[in-house]
Amino acid sequence: MSSIFESQFRASATKLTADLRHRSLIRKALKGYEKSRDEKKARFQDWEAARQAAAETKWEAINHLDKYLSEFADNLARRGTKVFWASTAEEARNYILNLAREKQAKTIIKSKTMTSEEIHLNEVLAKAGYEVVESDLGEFIVQLRDEAPYHLVFPAMHLTRNEISHLFHEKLGSPETDNPEELTMTVRRDMRIRYCKADIGISGANFAVAETGMIAITENEGNARLTTSLPKIHVALLGIEKVLPKLSDLALFLPMLATVGTGQQLTCYNSMIGGPRQPGETDGPEEFHVILLDNRRTHLLADAEQRDALHCIRCGACLNVCPIFRNVGGQTYGTTYQGPIGSVITPHLRGLRDWKHLSFASSLCGACTEACPVKIDLHHHLLQNRRNAVVLGTGKLDRIAFRGFAFLVNHPGVFGVAVKAGRLVQRLHRLIASSKIDPLRAWTASREAPVIAKESFRQYWKSRHK
Amino acid sequence: MSRRDEILGRIREGLRLRVHEPKRAATSSDGVRTGLTTREWLPAVPNDPEGIVETFARNCVELRTQYYRVTGLPELSGKLFELKDSEGWKLIASHRDPILDSILPSLGLPFLLAEDRPATADVERADVGITRCDALIAQTGSILLTARSAGGRALSVLPPHHVAIARESQLLPDLPAAFELLNKTYGDAYPSLITLITGPSRTGDIERILVLGAHGPRTLTIILLRDPR
Ligand code: SF4
Repeated sequence: MSSIFESQFRASATKLTADLRHRSLIRKALKGYEKSRDEKKARFQDWEAARQAAAETKWEAINHLDKYLSEFADNLARRGTKVFWASTAEEARNYILNLAREKQAKTIIKSKTMTSEEIHLNEVLAKAGYEVVESDLGEFIVQLRDEAPYHLVFPAMHLTRNEISHLFHEKLGSPETDNPEELTMTVRRDMRIRYCKADIGISGANFAVAETGMIAITENEGNARLTTSLPKIHVALLGIEKVLPKLSDLALFLPMLATVGTGQQLTCYNSMIGGPRQPGETDGPEEFHVILLDNRRTHLLADAEQRDALHCIRCGACLNVCPIFRNVGGQTYGTTYQGPIGSVITPHLRGLRDWKHLSFASSLCGACTEACPVKIDLHHHLLQNRRNAVVLGTGKLDRIAFRGFAFLVNHPGVFGVAVKAGRLVQRLHRLIASSKIDPLRAWTASREAPVIAKESFRQYWKSRHK
Repeated sequence: MSRRDEILGRIREGLRLRVHEPKRAATSSDGVRTGLTTREWLPAVPNDPEGIVETFARNCVELRTQYYRVTGLPELSGKLFELKDSEGWKLIASHRDPILDSILPSLGLPFLLAEDRPATADVERADVGITRCDALIAQTGSILLTARSAGGRALSVLPPHHVAIARESQLLPDLPAAFELLNKTYGDAYPSLITLITGPSRTGDIERILVLGAHGPRTLTIILLRDPR
């Protein structure tokens, strides 16, 4: 039986693949990205060796995760950071809720964090009466629209400037404009006031450095720097897989992330934060809380075959090259993490039964695997998910069909008769193919079946060897 | 059992099934270690001093960072005077430092010092934040600074213009050198914030069109100070 998530996926994918405006918008947005990505990649003396080294470093970190995670937490605690270990999304949410209550906070400002999307933090905080504002421009736009981010890195890439102008006009009362700069400045002005009065700043992290006990945040706008500098309390929420062993590993990871993530040599700001304000420092938060979230990541870790999916640095490169993502769009997935990596890990995080369909929505072209800076074997993981889904149990119809097929190919005589019959049936079928009364419509609506050859190979062979 | 032990326990349980280590990047196909490191994979940087300065300057142009090279303190304060006039600065935010101490008073403007703990709203009103830094990085056109070297966290991100001043001896070739320096300078007592600044604040969130000054400074100026001979 198909899950409700699968039906939603199908409905949305059908709609969006036919939406030419959407397709051309995404294609145009990605064109500039591809050009600068390739140009920056070419500057590396040896990109392939860099990928290999990055893969090794993440391998080392993930396969000794207990050691590095303890080191990370101990180093943070040593300098006055409160570290909280959360097994589930609920534990992480409750920790933040209790903190907000205890500190009598009113406003909370956030910089981009996919992990908070994963635990649905905004909804819970808003319900409890807190004002929660996303400060990243793209995130702010999708927050105003009350929808999920479209892409790991480019949350609002599916919207035109006119749509954004209407949105701001309606929600913020700003005048209509088709100038992206004016739109950006509207948000800058609005946000400045909020930074200054926010009680708590919540951020994510791109990396967690074990050796020194620091989180590293990569961004372009400066909103994460403000979010982590101005409010009295800074909370960082991160998955346990973010760990890197050494601080100097960032010398490799930061430029690689920027190259394939956004087509830059480095993003504008790469900040490493290792504690609240230290003695002798002039500003910075009084409290720094780090929440380490498991939320079934250990389930993925236990799957030795797919463990390397935890190497992911969320650069979004696999989304950008994926023909499925480019046609069905990010929101169709219905997941926190879209594209190939989302299809691979969501079954582990949220259950294979409900999310197996994502692994079937793939051409297995392998573009994702080739694009991944940490060499995750994405398309083979999609195949493994398919296999696991079959083991879990397939539909009755599938089973009957495959049993029938097995019988046919094991009985040459019957097979010959079936092929002959097939030629006739196919000719009749062509009259109704892809029409409403076609029983095979699900398949034929958008495809053409290959015609069965007039002469089979076996017939041909026999006639030659007479 | 504490939450920490619970999660670490699940991790150890999960890791009981070992997986093969990947092949080493620093190993050639016949298994011999090549001794190569990150430095040999990242973008190349010339190894002569002028070549390093040129690489840095080229990256600044690409990033839209304003870059000046001056000789001696009088020329430095002359440059700041020029910027002050052309942009009409009225209030400066800065911090204590031997070079800054000797220059700021000559600009004839009121200035806030981070050490006096000015209110956030006041720093926000300043037209410019002037700071020192730990290093410049030629490979990427970046500034490396910390809460200790640059007057805290807000000074270099809150005002609309950030001016960073570095001695020429602070210009490093590449990222690995920057991380070596951090380790050498701070050892085990790292400041609470370290940041690499690469160009003025920017966004491409609307139709992927570049807009400068998203939330941080719209203008970034780097002044490289040469010692007079
Ligand atoms: S799987 Fe690889 S390419 Fe995809 S987001 Fe993660 S790191 Fe990037």
